[in-house]
Amino acid sequence: MILETRQLAVSIGPHRVCCNLDLSLAAGERLAILGRNGAGKSTLLTTLAGLRNADGGELFVDGQSYADLSLRDAALLRGWLGQDRSDPFASTVLEAVLAGRHPHLSRWSWESPSDARIARATLTDMNLTDLAQREVQTLSGGERQRVAIAALLAQQTRLCLLDEPLAHLDLNHQIATLELLSRRSRDDGIAVAMVLHDPNFALRFCDYALLLFGDGTHVIGPVAGVLDESSLSRLYGHPLRRVTMTDFPHPVFVPE
Amino acid sequence: MPSRRRALLVLLSLTLLSVASLVVALAAGSLVLSLGDVLSMLAGEDNTARAVVFDLRLPRALAAFACGGLLALAGALMQVLLRNPLADPYVLGISGGAGVGALSAMLLGLAGLAVPGFAFAGALAAMLLVFGLAHGDGSWTQTRLLLTGVVIAAGCGALVALILTLAPEQKIQSMLFWLMGDLSQAVNPLPALVVLVVTLLAALPFARELNLLARGFDAALALGVAVPLLRRVIYVIASLATAVAVTTAGAIGFVGLIVPHLVRLAIGNDQRLLLPASVLAGGSLLVCADTLARTIVAPIQLPVGVLTALIGVPVFLYLLGRR
Repeated sequence: MILETRQLAVSIGPHRVCCNLDLSLAAGERLAILGRNGAGKSTLLTTLAGLRNADGGELFVDGQSYADLSLRDAALLRGWLGQDRSDPFASTVLEAVLAGRHPHLSRWSWESPSDARIARATLTDMNLTDLAQREVQTLSGGERQRVAIAALLAQQTRLCLLDEPLAHLDLNHQIATLELLSRRSRDDGIAVAMVLHDPNFALRFCDYALLLFGDGTHVIGPVAGVLDESSLSRLYGHPLRRVTMTDFPHPVFVPE
Repeated sequence: MPSRRRALLVLLSLTLLSVASLVVALAAGSLVLSLGDVLSMLAGEDNTARAVVFDLRLPRALAAFACGGLLALAGALMQVLLRNPLADPYVLGISGGAGVGALSAMLLGLAGLAVPGFAFAGALAAMLLVFGLAHGDGSWTQTRLLLTGVVIAAGCGALVALILTLAPEQKIQSMLFWLMGDLSQAVNPLPALVVLVVTLLAALPFARELNLLARGFDAALALGVAVPLLRRVIYVIASLATAVAVTTAGAIGFVGLIVPHLVRLAIGNDQRLLLPASVLAGGSLLVCADTLARTIVAPIQLPVGVLTALIGVPVFLYLLGRR
C-alpha cells in the first residue's frame, strides 16, 4: 500500500472532519475526495501529506509513518499540491518546475541536465513548452495552476496529493489534466488522492471516492458503489439526478 | 536558474567592481592621489601620503564595504523571510532598537566604544523582543512577525524622538548623523568584515531552500525544507547582520532595500547567486556613496545615509513604476 490510514481522526478546532477513517490506496489507484466548502477536504489532505498532525489513528506512507521519515525522505515519497498560488518574487516557469527537484538534490549540488530534462518533460506533459522562459507572475491563473502541477510531477513521487488540481482550469485543460494524472498513475504506479468538486470527474477518472459530509461522518468505497443520487444529494445539500446516455459510457450526475 | 558558470562570471565581475570601488575610495579625497600612487603604496612603497590612505581612508572604505554588504544580505534575507519584496533590514525594528541604544549613550555623555556597544545591545534587545512576541503562541506567521516588528519599530521611533527632544543642543548634530548613517566614526572595520563573512557563509548552505521558502511555506515544507527551523536561522542571521551594520555606521537607509532588487532585476531570484551578488553589490554601492559623501562638498562631510536615500528613492520609484 502506498497510502494507508487506520482509524484516522482529523478535526479543525472543535469541528470534526472525519473519525475512524480507514483508507488504503495502492500503486496506480486514484481517490477522489468530495465534500461541501468547509467540510475539511484540504485539512484532511494536508494531514495525509504529513503537514499537520492527525488527532488520532495511524497514517502510513509506503508502510512508514511520517514520524519515522525525515522531511527529505517524505518529500521523495509524496508530493502535495496546495491551493495557494502567490508568487511575491519573479521567477521563470522552468525555475518554478525545477523547484520540484529539490528533494532529489544534495545541499550543494545544482540542478543537473537530467533534472532540466525531467522538468521540460513535465512542461510538455502539461502543454506548457512554449512558456518555459516566461515569468510566472505574467501567467494567467489557469497557466499558473498547470505550472504548479508540472512542478508536482517533476518531484516524481509515488504518492501525489492534489488539492483542487482543476482550479482555474478551462474545460479542455481539466480533462487533459485528469487524463494525464490517470495515465501517469497507471504507467508509473503512482497513487493519487485529489480534492474534486465534480462527482462526474470522480466517477470517470478515479477508482475510489471519499465523501466528507462535514459533520464528522464519511463514506468511502469504489466510485461505482459510493456515488449515487441519494448520497451525493445529501453531500451537497441539493438534489442531484443520475442520467445515462446511450452513446456515452459513464452515467452523469446533474443538479436539479 | 542560472548555470554555475554564469553565476561565477557574475560574481567575478562584481568582485572586480568591489575592488575598483575600494581603489577609487583610497585615491579620492582632499589629498588626491593617482591610481599609480595607491597601487605603489599597496605594493609597500613608503611615502608621506601612506598614513592618510592606510590610517584614514582604508579602514573607512572597508567599513563601508562591510556595512553595505551586511545590509544588502540582511535585506535579501528579510524579503524572503517575510515573503515581501518591500521588506528591508530595518522593517522589524532592529535599527530602531540600535537607535535608542546609541542615542541613550550619547545623551548620557558616554563616548568611545559605549555608543556602538549600546547600539548593539539595543539592536539585540529589539530582535529578542520581536522574536519573543511574534513567537508567543508558537504560530510565528509572517503577518504576525511583520506586525510585531513594525509596532516595535514605531515604539523605538517614539523613544528616539523623545531623546532628541530632551538632548542638549550641542549633542543633536552627532545624534542626527548617527540616525542618518555616518561612516566617519567607523575606525575599526574588522568586526563588521568578520561578521559579513560569517553571516554569508552561514546563509549560503540554505540558499536553495530559501528559493522554496519564497514560493510558500507549506509548499517548501512538502518539498522537504525544515521551514520553522530555517525561518529562525534566517531571522537570527539577518538580525545579526543588521545589528552589526547599524552598530558600525548608524542606520544607513535604502541599501538593504534597493540592492537586492537591483541584483534581482539583473540576474534573477536564485538565492544561491542573489545572496553573494547582493553582498558584493551592496558593499560597492556603499563604498561609492561614502566616497561621494566625503568629497562632493568637501571639506563638509555629508552623512552617507543622506546620499543612499537620495540615490535610493528615485531608483526605487523607477523600479516600482516598471512593474
